[in-house]
Amino acid sequence: MSALLSALGAGFLFGIGLWVSGMANPKKVLGFLDITGDWDASLMFVMAGAVAVTLVGFRMYKTKIPVPTLKDIDFPLIAGSALFGIGWGIAGYCPGPAITSLSTLSAESIVFVIAMVAGGLLYRGKT
Amino acid sequence: MHDFTPVSALAGGALIGLASVWLLAANGRIAGVSGILHGIFSPPEAQWRAWFISGLLLAGLAWQAAGAPVPLREGFPLIWAAAAGLLVGFGTRMGGGCTSGHGVCGLGRMSARSLVAVIVFMAAGMISVFVVRHLLGVTS
Repeated sequence: MSALLSALGAGFLFGIGLWVSGMANPKKVLGFLDITGDWDASLMFVMAGAVAVTLVGFRMYKTKIPVPTLKDIDFPLIAGSALFGIGWGIAGYCPGPAITSLSTLSAESIVFVIAMVAGGLLYRGKT
Repeated sequence: MHDFTPVSALAGGALIGLASVWLLAANGRIAGVSGILHGIFSPPEAQWRAWFISGLLLAGLAWQAAGAPVPLREGFPLIWAAAAGLLVGFGTRMGGGCTSGHGVCGLGRMSARSLVAVIVFMAAGMISVFVVRHLLGVTS
């Protein structure tokens, strides 16, 4: 199988996983992050299910893992992750769910993805 | 607690994990969606990334074509969607990953950097929901 087709297939399976799990439902995501409100713990199980598979699978294909270029726990890691978390908590979308939600043509997902691409380019412009 | 759906969450999560192992095994790549998306704008290696993103989009179309439930949210203010998108795009590039790259894949390869990132973005997300939903009263 060509590399492009396998990338397409992996993206497709990843996307189906997002829909099955509830990650593509921003209301559910916000319900998960809303620990002081009517907390819905479901999405903890998404991460648990996914990491259970990658822990085993990545060990099987250990030699294929690209060598990480960054190793330090530094300011950009912490500040960037904090900014990402704030945005995630506002709209309930992280990048994967936002992209697969574009298929619904909802105004909020279109606006979110355009802004997300712009935000990424803005960061690159600063470095 | 309402709408608790641990079984579909676990099953969907396992599919996400499988897709990530697949991309590593077949392409030697980490399934970090923010990095893959942004990499489309840097010519080398843009092509496989575009195909992965197309797969994500096709999954949404197939899901709807199959008649599966699509939870649409009405009336979420677009100005908040724009602000959130900017923060997610900027933050994931600065922090080098998102829920998939640091979460699913980073934790899977037991990276300390990724563990820190996951703790920070989960905590920031929870604080953000508290402020935006409960203090500012933005509907969602």
